[in-house]
Amino acid sequence: MTITRTAPARTVAPVTGTGKRRVSRGRLGLHAFLMTVSLAFLAPLLLAVYASLRPYEETAKYGYFSLPRHLSFDYYAQAFNDSGMGKYFINSLIIAVPGVLLTLFLASFVAFCVTRLRMRGALVLLMVFTAGNLLPQQVIVTPLYVLFTKINLPYWMSDSMTMYDSYWAVLAVQVAFQVGFCVFVLANFMRTLPEEIVEAARVDGAGVWTQYWNITLPLCRPALAALATLQFTWMYNDFLWALVFISDGEKLPITSALNNLRGQFFTDYNLLAAGSVIVALPTVLVFLLLQRHFIAGLTLGASKG
Amino acid sequence: MPLINARRAKRRGPRRFTSRDLAVIGVLLGIPILLDLALIWGPTLASIGLSFTNWDGIGDIQWVGIDNYKTLFTDYPPFWPAVRNNLLWVAFLGCVATPFGLLLAVLLDKGVRFSRFYQSTLYMPVVLSLAIVGFIAQLIFSRDQGALNAILANKDNPVDWLGDPELNIWMVLLAAAWRHTGYVMILYLAGLKSVDPSLKEAAAIDGASETQTFFRVVLPTLRPVNVIVGVITVIEALRAFDIVYAINHGRNGLELLSVLVTDNIIGEASRIGFGSAIAVVLLTVSMGFIVTYLVQELRGGKKG
Repeated sequence: MTITRTAPARTVAPVTGTGKRRVSRGRLGLHAFLMTVSLAFLAPLLLAVYASLRPYEETAKYGYFSLPRHLSFDYYAQAFNDSGMGKYFINSLIIAVPGVLLTLFLASFVAFCVTRLRMRGALVLLMVFTAGNLLPQQVIVTPLYVLFTKINLPYWMSDSMTMYDSYWAVLAVQVAFQVGFCVFVLANFMRTLPEEIVEAARVDGAGVWTQYWNITLPLCRPALAALATLQFTWMYNDFLWALVFISDGEKLPITSALNNLRGQFFTDYNLLAAGSVIVALPTVLVFLLLQRHFIAGLTLGASKG
Repeated sequence: MPLINARRAKRRGPRRFTSRDLAVIGVLLGIPILLDLALIWGPTLASIGLSFTNWDGIGDIQWVGIDNYKTLFTDYPPFWPAVRNNLLWVAFLGCVATPFGLLLAVLLDKGVRFSRFYQSTLYMPVVLSLAIVGFIAQLIFSRDQGALNAILANKDNPVDWLGDPELNIWMVLLAAAWRHTGYVMILYLAGLKSVDPSLKEAAAIDGASETQTFFRVVLPTLRPVNVIVGVITVIEALRAFDIVYAINHGRNGLELLSVLVTDNIIGEASRIGFGSAIAVVLLTVSMGFIVTYLVQELRGGKKG
């Protein structure tokens, strides 16, 4: 029995041996390089997580790069409770989710018009949108602030009765700003789709809406998934717009919750680290979950040889 | 008759739309155009207008001509350091972070094992907000408890990485590059996947080395990605803000144009006219790059 058992093992061993030999020295060097870079990239994040698990007194005494004496999740509970993160998280979603959907919807139609309808001025349109997205935010902040304080909204839309200090202001700016980027990417993507598909539908009498919604959009699904990931990250992480256009602390998005933590008593970096980890978690999860679609979607021009 | 119509439509280019088509286009194209003009371009023009006034946000708007610009160029100490830092930012991201991201993409595209792991790890910093990146930079670079000084074990004479105005901009650039590299990598990785493998094979058969193949065959086919990456690199560098703001509000060596704008507009002084003038300088520099790229892009688009 023992002999028959070990025999196959021996025959297996040389096979794996040749398999290993196939991994050339170059490959090993490549892996060593990639592993080093990956770890270097990961290290700051791990340090933040590590810091968040240790009491402040300890790191104050021994520094962040020292062996742990106590480890606990206390800071997470504290960060979550003290800064009211649950509420701020909802605020962020109230802006980011409709923002992403609306942006993608409007941008995809603009991109469709620019690439498929042979309209006069299509290139100008593309330029206006793309360039708009590239403007530095600070350039438009002041006039927008003045504009939003002048626009009145009914009470059911905004309890401040103006566009200023309401989610609408942030949502509108986010959409207006990000549509530019999405138009640019989607137009590039749509150019790579075979035009014959839309032509065929047109000959069959399909209207513009059908050509857009039923024919072009489904083909853009990968690009849309990639953009959704990017847009969610950006809208969720943004704090400049909210900082300027929202004055009521109750309506602030989650990134500003970190500011609340910062203001507490003294700057406890370990508490802030815990807060940062909590804030970063949703975007990290979204990315990890949609990763496969993300790369596939950014593959511009994959369908054409 | 229908046949003639169809043929004519094909030749002439612009077709006649039905009224329903026109309604759909009117609404769905109208809304984004309106949003873009009202919330992006309108305010941009307004900012340019305000830059010629001395408005403080409350009182009357007084026209002062180019006074703001004169003050800015001759009598506003943080201005030139900010310009220098912004240019340094462009150069560093463009010459270090972007090529490094490209290199990583090329290596990952070789189909190595664990590439999913490497990809996720290298991209991870991108999903963090710059505010968090700025904070993490503090954990590493702070003088007394920071990890870097601990690793270097210079406890007696610690380096103040973020406090020393000669040093701190480089540390911040490292932190910004940390995030930028992953972003560039993922864009190039996506682009590389779309390169037709037969191109590479043909080049190999013709006796081209791997490096030659890359620079002569692969890189030119990546043109659309190159354009996107170029634009993103420059623009991100010009509008960098959060990270220095999170570290020390953009003072003491970390001056940036975007910070100066914010300080003047939102700060206590509320010098909106003056802040707008800085914004216009930022705008002018950005537009220079934006227009260059767009012209190039449009030329390519027409050809393709």
